[in-house]
Amino acid sequence: MSYDVPIAPGESPDEVTLDATTAGGWQLWEVFTRPKRGLSYTHCGSVHAADAESAVLNARDAYTRRGDTASLWVVPSNAIHASDDPASMFDPADDKPYRHPTFYEIPDEVGQL
Amino acid sequence: MTPSPDTEGLVSFLVRHGDDNTIIGQRLGEYISRAPELEEDLAIANVSLDHIGVAMHLYEYAAELEGDGASVDGYAMLRSEREYMNALLVEQPNTDFGHILVRGFFFAVYQTLLWEQLAASSDERLRGIAARALKEATYHLTHHRRWLVILGDGTAESHDRVQLAIDGLWRFTGELFEPMAADGLLIAAGIVGEIAAMKPRFDVFVDEALEEATLVRPDDPYQATGGRTGMHSEYLGHLLAEMQWMQRTYQGATW
Repeated sequence: MSYDVPIAPGESPDEVTLDATTAGGWQLWEVFTRPKRGLSYTHCGSVHAADAESAVLNARDAYTRRGDTASLWVVPSNAIHASDDPASMFDPADDKPYRHPTFYEIPDEVGQL
Repeated sequence: MTPSPDTEGLVSFLVRHGDDNTIIGQRLGEYISRAPELEEDLAIANVSLDHIGVAMHLYEYAAELEGDGASVDGYAMLRSEREYMNALLVEQPNTDFGHILVRGFFFAVYQTLLWEQLAASSDERLRGIAARALKEATYHLTHHRRWLVILGDGTAESHDRVQLAIDGLWRFTGELFEPMAADGLLIAAGIVGEIAAMKPRFDVFVDEALEEATLVRPDDPYQATGGRTGMHSEYLGHLLAEMQWMQRTYQGATW
């Protein structure tokens, strides 16, 4: 597919080139929201959008309508690299309970952590 | 409630702007399930509901002022085409996504300026409605302006289709800023502002957005008028017929 893209004054042709991998459909973005009470960003789903700013707007409409969002992030889904092979990645930790911090006594002087 | 120096004028003002919001809300509602992507469908439905919510607040206030059995449903569902005072812009059909976008863009700029002005009203109730509506309109504006630039400065086809929508809809923007004789006393009392005073800012904002989107205003200076006096284009009757059918067929029906 090729597209005849009008070029605005001062814009480089490279910025407006569309290619077949993005032009047929919108890119997928992962959405993370942070509730008003602080805490960290939590993954809440994904949206399609042509670019990052549109993804923020789409995420707003899809995931923040019922309130309680202070901020949101969008990340291109293909920028996420996921773990593989759970057996070797995570199972070895199952029989090492001494790694839990409850095994260690915390001196009183430390106070509340 | 603060007594208004001109209750009749205020009711007319509230209903007129309620009508704008009802009609564009209904128009956008017609488009639900037809947007190019699910995400845009959600966005349009959200905008539609925002407008219907604003209309409801304006009608509620008008109904309280008018008394005598006036109601939100009565304003929305039991008035005919000639009694609707919405601007011609909002009743224009969903010709294509370009037209929906441009109509929404012009209306969002106008609504942002209007609510900004009314957020300083001497009428507390109207001030409250305006403050809430302003946040929504600001978002609508962001959304529409973004699409305008994406499509205007996009492919040759998207550019041409948005330009076509601008050429077709620009003629309905002038009416939004027509001074209304009925507003005279309200302006004097600081309840509403001079609507024509917002036009220069409207032009500046629109011109900036069009330039960024590589689009132009049409040369033709013709401006349509009539909606504010109930003289509508051929499209409003069909919209109302569909919207009001149930309430008129089963009068007084309740859930």
